Amino acid sequence: MQLLRALLLLAILASAPVAIAAPPEVMVAEPYLELRTGPGRGYPVTHVVPRGEAITVVKRRTDWFKVRDARGREGWAHRDRLAATFTPQGKPMPVAAPGREEFEEHRREAGLLAGDFEGANVISGYASYALNPQLAAELRFSQLLGNASDGQLLAAGLTHVFRPDWRVQPFVSMGAGMIRIQPKATLVQAPDRSDELAFVGAGFKVYLSRQFIFRAEYNKYVVFTDRDENEEPTEWKLGFAFFF
Amino acid sequence: METRIRFLLLTGLLALAGCATTGGTPTQAPAAAAPEGAESPSVITPQVERREVRVADIDTENWEAGAYIGSLSVEDFEVNLVYGARIAYHISEDFFAEGILGTSDAGISSYERLSGSAPLLTDSEREFRYYSLGFGWNMLPGEVFLGGDRAYNSAVYLTAGAGATRFAGDDRFTVTLGAGARILIKDWLAAHLDIRDHVLEVDVVGTNKQTHNFEATLSLTAFF
Repeated sequence: MQLLRALLLLAILASAPVAIAAPPEVMVAEPYLELRTGPGRGYPVTHVVPRGEAITVVKRRTDWFKVRDARGREGWAHRDRLAATFTPQGKPMPVAAPGREEFEEHRREAGLLAGDFEGANVISGYASYALNPQLAAELRFSQLLGNASDGQLLAAGLTHVFRPDWRVQPFVSMGAGMIRIQPKATLVQAPDRSDELAFVGAGFKVYLSRQFIFRAEYNKYVVFTDRDENEEPTEWKLGFAFFF
Repeated sequence: METRIRFLLLTGLLALAGCATTGGTPTQAPAAAAPEGAESPSVITPQVERREVRVADIDTENWEAGAYIGSLSVEDFEVNLVYGARIAYHISEDFFAEGILGTSDAGISSYERLSGSAPLLTDSEREFRYYSLGFGWNMLPGEVFLGGDRAYNSAVYLTAGAGATRFAGDDRFTVTLGAGARILIKDWLAAHLDIRDHVLEVDVVGTNKQTHNFEATLSLTAFF
């Protein structure tokens, strides 16, 4: 039974690429659509596709779409221009630019932050998924680089944004995870330590433009050590993030 | 025959026009408009495949991954072969996020060579391994020409990142600054020439010292 299930799963996975839809076809609705040689605003226009002609959307890179017209000529068109084309249903192509509205209701977010963890340098990456406009589940990984010791920190938590409709969004967060500390070899030989930890934090996100976010945060950790006293390091970090 | 078809089409159109203006059913339309067996006069239906367009169906190529090889000057420890991997996510036409991971074996310092004393570092401590996460800015996008017939899209970009380096038995916080040029051989294949400076503090002789470790690499990456 197990084997059968595994085989079925394999068959489904193997058939998945076949299920990929053919490239979508849309109709030019503006007087003409300019096609550029590259995916950027500075690239020269080499072709124009007149109104009413069908184009095939071949691929996308950032905000640019590579399209092919009926005569097989290819070029790149910006998302704003493609948003003015029509689908076979007569609806505008649904490729609106991400802006404040998307920032308010984005689901996925990832970023890189750097700062200070109780005197040590910290480099941190995080990814989050919004459960609703205010609450997001977040996973963070940090590397700590100090003069006396190095370490890694992995934690999961929840982030709560008070006002998703503001451009500057204050948030609070809390969570738990693991920390591993490796004292430097040049100092007294002390063993590596792995401890559990919990944290609370506060910070803010600022919507910059398009899908970019500036983020700053302050965290207070409690490391549950084997010794009599827990450690309570503090951390601040700044960085950039983007949503998608 | 042709006049008959035209007649049928016209009566069909008239019936539909009447329908549109009165908003009612075409009760007065002549029964002859759609005789049995004749093709239904669907003049308005466009001859396009009715398929829903989903943006998710469009093949996006925002990720770029590849490998590089070049030389790295480890301060005080000669210039050595370096190789590594690079992954980038293109956020917009101007900016990208980038991660690099490289490794090299540092050589012998002039001090070790001249003094003839015991080596300062063991072989495993001589390994220079770094990673860096950061952002890049496509400062000068453009095209380059090869002869008169070929044009390739290109960009000159600046990068800044933070990461860590393992060298001399120690992990060190590292800031990596760089500049590079990218040429797209195909839509999905790019060649890069990168210059980077890894700035970190190194403690080999008992005191911390800031070092600049310059690197020049050639890489090949694919968009996916």
